[in-house]
Amino acid sequence: MQLTLEFGGGLELLCDSEKIHKVNVDLPNGADSDDFTMKHLLSWVRTNLIKERPEMFMKGDTVRPGVLVLVNDCDWELSGQLDTVIEDKDVVVFISTLHGG
Amino acid sequence: MSSGEKMEAKSKKAGASRLCFLCNLRRPVLKRPKTLQQICRECFYEVFEEEIHQVIVQNRLFKSGERVAIGASGGKDSTVLAYVLSELNRRHNYGLDLFLLSIDEGITGYRDDSLETVKRNEVQYGLPLQIVSYKDLYGWTMDDIVKMIGLKNNCTFCGVFRRQALDRGATLLKVDKLVTGHNADDIAETVLLNILRGDIARLSRCTSITTGEDGPIPRCKPFKYTYEKEIVMYAYFKKLDYFSTECIYSPNAYRGFAREFIKDLERIRPRAILDIIKSGEDFRIATTTKMPEQGTCERCGYISSQKWCKACVLLEGLNRGLPKMGIGRPRGVNGDHKMEIKKPGSVAKSIESKQCGSLDF
Repeated sequence: MQLTLEFGGGLELLCDSEKIHKVNVDLPNGADSDDFTMKHLLSWVRTNLIKERPEMFMKGDTVRPGVLVLVNDCDWELSGQLDTVIEDKDVVVFISTLHGG
Repeated sequence: MSSGEKMEAKSKKAGASRLCFLCNLRRPVLKRPKTLQQICRECFYEVFEEEIHQVIVQNRLFKSGERVAIGASGGKDSTVLAYVLSELNRRHNYGLDLFLLSIDEGITGYRDDSLETVKRNEVQYGLPLQIVSYKDLYGWTMDDIVKMIGLKNNCTFCGVFRRQALDRGATLLKVDKLVTGHNADDIAETVLLNILRGDIARLSRCTSITTGEDGPIPRCKPFKYTYEKEIVMYAYFKKLDYFSTECIYSPNAYRGFAREFIKDLERIRPRAILDIIKSGEDFRIATTTKMPEQGTCERCGYISSQKWCKACVLLEGLNRGLPKMGIGRPRGVNGDHKMEIKKPGSVAKSIESKQCGSLDF
């Protein structure tokens, strides 16, 4: 599955200071592509992209409070948060409000 | 997954199952934390800007003809503030002369990058920019200070110097008002911290939308009731140019437990942020309680409740090679408190690590 992931608000510092990542996410073993959700994606991101201080991004199995998530420019609170279904070519943006400026 | 469930998941994801709560025409893109309304991008811009306008009008923050400086760090809050204030000034004919005021703390690799952002904002928004540096005002950069004292307590110097530097910069610009981008989340956080510190003088001030009316230059917080989530979403949708990274000398400042607590509360019940601000506003201090009296510093003339202002005390310590002067618990107006109240280590540490930026009201 081809996705574009964007990290902002300081989160890019956790990912080699790269703001935009075009990634190819393998579906979990045997999973139907319609079952790929934000929950799976967060787990994948934590494993594959976060290089330092994962606690700034994750708390438990979801993003840390203060991190905003947009899926195709839409607040994930409207689409089911962790249960949001992710499809090929989706754009997912993570923005932290925790870093000062 | 049945096709029915699949369709529901798709429509849920696309937000097509309902329309914007306000216009009932377009796809919603945002759930507002303070109202839980699901609204579209265009309505979001409109309500965001209109609410800030109402805060400005109802609190009479400005008068026509005033010169107003916007404290500009290059971060999201001040960038959105500069953009929105320019828009509202035009749209509603406030009649203000607006300026950007930046403080250069002299932190290599951090402030120089964020100041580049403010310089771009100066061009993008057409607002004249004044930069005031610690080096010019105090003879010391934060790089110098950290070399002298290390990372512990350096935020105390920076917070004290920055607050005064903003006033000095505002005086240079000859402005009538200074506005800062403190948002609802910042203020709720400060209410909690001042309660935990038992700082009743600050507690009565930290929820005021305008402070310092008896000081050199009044400060206003037009974003007092604006949620940080909305500021970030507004900046994102408008593609505003801002800089975000934490200060390299306080890498743990963002871990302050009050900030984390506020974010946890917001996730559970977003309205809690406004409720905490309301609680802060409603605190009543007994009239018999002695409050520090404001005077002026003997040395530099800045407002101070002591003979010397905090900045001069810290500066004297630096210049004498005794940087610990002025660090540590204040003894009160008369300096006659003998008791050293013990605080839990983690609380004191967390409070200390947050001694910078938005805490310094």
